[in-house]
Amino acid sequence: MTEMLVLIDHSDAGPKKVSLQMLSKARELAGITGDAVAAVWFGPGAADAAATLGAHGADKCYHWDSPDAMGYVTLPQVEVLEELIDEAEADTLLFASSNLVKDVAARLAIRMDAGVITDVSGIDLADDGRWEATKEVFGGDVITKSTIAEGKLSFIGVASNAFPAEPTDAGPAELVALDHTLSEEAMAAKVTEVEKVVAADRPDIGEAAVVVVGGRGLGSEDGFGLMEQLADLMGAGVGASRAATDAGWYPHRYQIGQTGRTISPTLYLGSGISGAIQHRAGMQTSQNIVAINKDAEAPIFQIADFGVVGDLYKVVPKLVEELESRD
Amino acid sequence: MKVIVPVKRTPDTAGEKVIDPGSLTLDREAGEAVLCPVNEFSIEEAVRLKEQHGAEVTVLVVGPESAQSTVRKALSYGLDAGLQITDEAIAGSDSLGTARVIAAALEEEEFDLVLFGGQSTDARTSLVPAAVAELLGLPSLTYARYMEVDGDDVIVHREHEEGWDVVAAKLPAVVSIVEAINEPRYPSFKGIMAAKSKPLTVKSLSDLGVTPEEVGAGAASATMYEFAPRPPKEAGTIIEDDGSGAVAAQLADWLVEKKFV
Ligand SMILES: Cc1cc2nc3c(=O)[nH]c(=O)nc-3n(C[C@H](O)[C@H](O)[C@H](O)COP(=O)(O)OP(=O)(O)OC[C@H]3O[C@@H](n4cnc5c(N)ncnc54)[C@H](O)[C@@H]3O)c2cc1C
Ligand SMILES: Nc1ncnc2c1ncn2[C@@H]1O[C@H](COP(=O)(O)O)[C@@H](O)[C@H]1O
Repeated sequence: MTEMLVLIDHSDAGPKKVSLQMLSKARELAGITGDAVAAVWFGPGAADAAATLGAHGADKCYHWDSPDAMGYVTLPQVEVLEELIDEAEADTLLFASSNLVKDVAARLAIRMDAGVITDVSGIDLADDGRWEATKEVFGGDVITKSTIAEGKLSFIGVASNAFPAEPTDAGPAELVALDHTLSEEAMAAKVTEVEKVVAADRPDIGEAAVVVVGGRGLGSEDGFGLMEQLADLMGAGVGASRAATDAGWYPHRYQIGQTGRTISPTLYLGSGISGAIQHRAGMQTSQNIVAINKDAEAPIFQIADFGVVGDLYKVVPKLVEELESRD
Repeated sequence: MKVIVPVKRTPDTAGEKVIDPGSLTLDREAGEAVLCPVNEFSIEEAVRLKEQHGAEVTVLVVGPESAQSTVRKALSYGLDAGLQITDEAIAGSDSLGTARVIAAALEEEEFDLVLFGGQSTDARTSLVPAAVAELLGLPSLTYARYMEVDGDDVIVHREHEEGWDVVAAKLPAVVSIVEAINEPRYPSFKGIMAAKSKPLTVKSLSDLGVTPEEVGAGAASATMYEFAPRPPKEAGTIIEDDGSGAVAAQLADWLVEKKFV
């Protein structure tokens, strides 16, 4: 029995949702192949998360809790994973398709001559024993299936919210501490400071089940106050169109679209957004789309499950009132 | 200092996408192709390095012959020279294959800094910059929302979901940018005219010592074998407000029914 490795993306608050989603999927796949599932955790916090990781499918959790793990750029994780993959004779590594993690996969793939597919929304086992990865490209306009070349390690980058996270009553993951001495090369790029700027009480737009999004139709920065008010009522994240981020009404990090983040929440709720193709490229795969726009011809209505033709400054405050009164 | 800016030729997002039934890939030459918009930001950052440090900047494109117009376009922003790698054997390469070609091209050049876009608008994998850095044994300071070069030090603020990491390394290094880093200027008329006569070198794989077997569809680490348009979405419910916002009640009902609240 070999191990299927799942690289855990986590924050101070614990494993990110995508990590639990990956574990649940890994458990399902390992059930077919007869493999074990092992989580890999860099930095502090693995012990606190062992129960959650175990419940979601991890038999084991390899962890390297050294300041070195996060103290340098990318290569510490690459070096440790390389050793681990060799030792565990793993042939599959699942990772979150977020920027910093993709770099780990890219460098590791070159080192180990592995195959990489990123932003995957489905994984199946093909008849020949290889993984069949489903991936939406061109902003979700096209759905593709890919496979890793024969005989190569499979590094599969999973998209957020592609799979449900399903806890069971399985016990905690067995913790296995790792040890590693960094090479010179791995210390060439040092992390000197970590700047956290996002509101801790609002979920990340990539992770959130509901994302409230504002566009040029808000007319000013103040409109985002209204978006945040609605979002906080729904436990939602807040995103913006490029028109809104370019205007300086909301930070660029919250931009959704072709040149911003790609989100697949269960609900996207957009106000004052026309639905330009570059915006759709980042939200088209949302499970449900609600649009509020005063122009009945706005293209966003073509993909909306529920559309309101109306002035957002009339509709959204009323919606806030309605939701408050229903609690 | 010497800077190399790899840029990609990508299909215009707003254009129609044509799938080649033979290769099951996007027919990249069917629609209009443009300089990847994200690269406008890496180019702008290079122009700033010219202004601040007198950097000499070469733009690098791996792509078909027609990508020459992409090189010229990039040069029109005021860059100094172009380098194009063209070879039929490159067609069908995956990100890692493209990275191999870029790395081989860079090995023949002198440089202090390679400035990538954080992701291309078509492939959107973001794998190329880090893969190139690995092949060259260089640090990868990717997703820069801020970059500063001071002597032979480079400092980058790497954007991520929660904020950014301040990271530092010695040159030579690989950097990729996110759009928050700057506001690109448009090419000037003078720049557009000058671009036509800037030196442009075209190389093939054999010039780089890369064999055709190492790249292209045959060497791809991942292969796409099915390519289908997204099934059309069922029309949703559209309601019109009377100007009072009263329809919000119906939206609230829908949200409750769907268990979003
Ligand atoms: C290379 C490139 C990359 C791009 N990348 C992105 C990207 O990543 N993300 C992105 O979002 N865009 C991107 N764009 C921009 C995109 O093309 C659109 O310009 C942008 O999405 C428009 O934003 P918007 O919908 O907020 O604004 P608009 O298109 O101006 O739409 C505003 C809408 O608000 C409505 N409205 C106005 N007032 C009200 C009101 N009081 N109540 C209700 N509705 C109202 C209007 O009817 C209109 O439909 C990119 C463009 C290019 C060229
Ligand atoms: N064919 C190419 N030629 C030159 N540079 C490229 C090419 N493909 C990708 N790049 C560079 O790699 C960056 C990231 O692209 P990607 O990894 O495809 O998302 C781009 O912004 C370019 O700077």
